[in-house]
Amino acid sequence: MKEHFLKNQTYGQAIRSGFEYLLENHKNVFAFGQGLWSPWYVGNSMTELEKQFGKERVIDSPVSELACTGAAIGASLCGYRPIVIHPRMDFMLLAMDQIINQAAKWRSMLGGQVSPAVTIRGIINRGGEQGAQHSQSLHSLFAHIPGLRVVMPSTVQDARDLLISSVLCDDPVVYIDDRWLYEREETLFFYDEHAIKTLSHQGPVLRREGTDITLVGAGFSAYQCELIAEELIKNHILSDVIDLRVINPLDVNLVQKSVKKTGRLCVIDGSWKNCGLAGEVISAVLEKIPLHHLKNNPLRITLPEAPAPCSRALEQNYYSDVKKMTLKIREKMGNVHAVTPV
Amino acid sequence: MHPQNISQGLGELVDPLKFNHPLNLCGLTREKTFSLLKNMLTIRIIEEKISHLIVRGVVKTPCHLGTGQEAIAVGISENLTKHDYAFGTHRSHSHYLAMGGGVYELIAEVLGKKEGASKGMGGSMHLYGGEVGFMGSVPIVGATIPIAVGAAMAAKMDNNQAIAVCFFGDGAAEEGVLHESLNLASAYNLPVLFVCENNLYSSHLDINLRQPCDRVARFAQAHCIEAVTIDGNDVVGVRDASLNLIKKMRSECRPGFIEAVTYRWCGHVGPDENIDVGVRRSKSELDAWKQRDPIKRLRQAMMLEESLTESSYLQLVDNINGMVDEAIIKAEKAPYPKNEALYDLVYEA
Ligand SMILES: Cc1ncc(C[n+]2csc(CCOP(=O)(O)OP(=O)(O)O)c2C)c(N)n1
Repeated sequence: MKEHFLKNQTYGQAIRSGFEYLLENHKNVFAFGQGLWSPWYVGNSMTELEKQFGKERVIDSPVSELACTGAAIGASLCGYRPIVIHPRMDFMLLAMDQIINQAAKWRSMLGGQVSPAVTIRGIINRGGEQGAQHSQSLHSLFAHIPGLRVVMPSTVQDARDLLISSVLCDDPVVYIDDRWLYEREETLFFYDEHAIKTLSHQGPVLRREGTDITLVGAGFSAYQCELIAEELIKNHILSDVIDLRVINPLDVNLVQKSVKKTGRLCVIDGSWKNCGLAGEVISAVLEKIPLHHLKNNPLRITLPEAPAPCSRALEQNYYSDVKKMTLKIREKMGNVHAVTPV
Repeated sequence: MHPQNISQGLGELVDPLKFNHPLNLCGLTREKTFSLLKNMLTIRIIEEKISHLIVRGVVKTPCHLGTGQEAIAVGISENLTKHDYAFGTHRSHSHYLAMGGGVYELIAEVLGKKEGASKGMGGSMHLYGGEVGFMGSVPIVGATIPIAVGAAMAAKMDNNQAIAVCFFGDGAAEEGVLHESLNLASAYNLPVLFVCENNLYSSHLDINLRQPCDRVARFAQAHCIEAVTIDGNDVVGVRDASLNLIKKMRSECRPGFIEAVTYRWCGHVGPDENIDVGVRRSKSELDAWKQRDPIKRLRQAMMLEESLTESSYLQLVDNINGMVDEAIIKAEKAPYPKNEALYDLVYEA
């Protein structure tokens, strides 16, 4: 009997399976962007798709972020479902007008009569002494914009399934994946388009249940939350871990419910603090729940307010790790006593 | 080049089996040719040694090597003064060094050290040498092109005949910003020299897969900017072409465009040869281009003319090797920036 899952699939492979599924089952899907025929540009997330589906549907592009993004939007208005790939989010900035003034606005601005059903994939690729212009996690910037759906998969399953949901969605979607997750390995279940909710019904999920603290993140940060939860258990602190998955529109109901229970909230975000995702989650929670539920001030763990340095001496400290974050949480969250020691 | 040819392709300029003969030295003095040779060799040797540091795992920051392309920066900087402004790209070791940037500072930067060209904050892709007119290099493709136009605006306002130069690759011609910049420079008569190092590749992709014509200078013509397309592996030719153009630019205050056809010996990033990228780039093409080596062609010409002997050449190589090794030893021992730099450098003090 045929198995319904594949064991030991990586996040990178799962993205590739998403593309494979889409290109195979939806003739109006095509992929467009820099590095698609390159053996290294987008990691192993699109390897040899052009050989499988042809160079007419998996198109490597000139160094023209603005025109490529605009062209994908144009094709999406005419019946196609293009996926534009920006091998680094930093390069996506050259396409801002098309993403923010055009894709995000056309539906509402033109009376709901058009659907820019484009998916814009931006890859977070940081570390490795790459410096300030090759490191940025700019998800909050896009999540600020009404009209753009922004998704950040953290699990292997989501890497594939959210890509598929994004492409099948009639709205413009910014799909953000993270090179630091590409080696994450899990079992990948086969995809059933009819069983899966559409993107508009997708939102945060509880990855782990606890009683003492609510840890919230998206993308790689959600993965870190899971790892931090494992560390905290050693100190008999049990965490609710919430993976946001979709950061625009942002549904904070699950987080609110969780914080009412735990009384403690920590949001991890791999980007900057000011006007960012972590602050948004915290304020949305504080707006809604009675403050007496809180046992501590909420905490956000974000990047230092500085561009990424190149020097390895500084880079080491620039990106926090699970150990340091765990310590910080224990320090700031006061005397969390264990409810049920394990 | 006749202007009417500009919209045609590069033709034989991309043929590595052509233009591989010893250079025509055009009556340059021995002193001049020797200094051109020395400057190119210094860049070559430094990048080779950086390659070794990458292979040893000592250098981790991405390094885009310009081995094979040295003649362009060296030939053009011959005609620049420290009042001029130069801007670079992700592949700018040659530009920084040719402008007079320090060898030690480059190596220290690549190692992320405090005494580096950008205080260790930038690494290979972000270099600064303000004292020698090197105003910055960055890896966002095309980003320094309008910035150089702005430097030319400043130079024009200063009215001191200075010019701005921006180096960029053929890939940058695919970004809209080049076209806006050419238009501005031309409409406002700004003394900016656009230098396209056309090495026929952008990352893994051949120019023929990205543009309908491989001659990038066609864009200059469309914006009424005087352009020349030349063999970028002929340092004397680059020097002469830029000498003439820059002279006119200074006196008439207007832009110019040089397209220098060349080839990078290494892959897009790091010392790997990238002959596996499945397009025109192959071992045999690479080997042919290595015969069109700008350094070898100058050396041979000097030897034919008897202004250089085998032993004086080897002596020169030895001297440069020693100088670079010394810089590497010093840089490896040098301190890293302090952690406060992360915060202190973001805004003015
Ligand atoms: C805006 C932007 N898009 C894409 C990249 C990725 N990238 C870095 S270098 C490069 C190739 C540029 O080719 P070219 O301008 O010809 O310069 P070369 O590398 O050949 O020197 C690309 C696409 C980038 N750094 N910035």
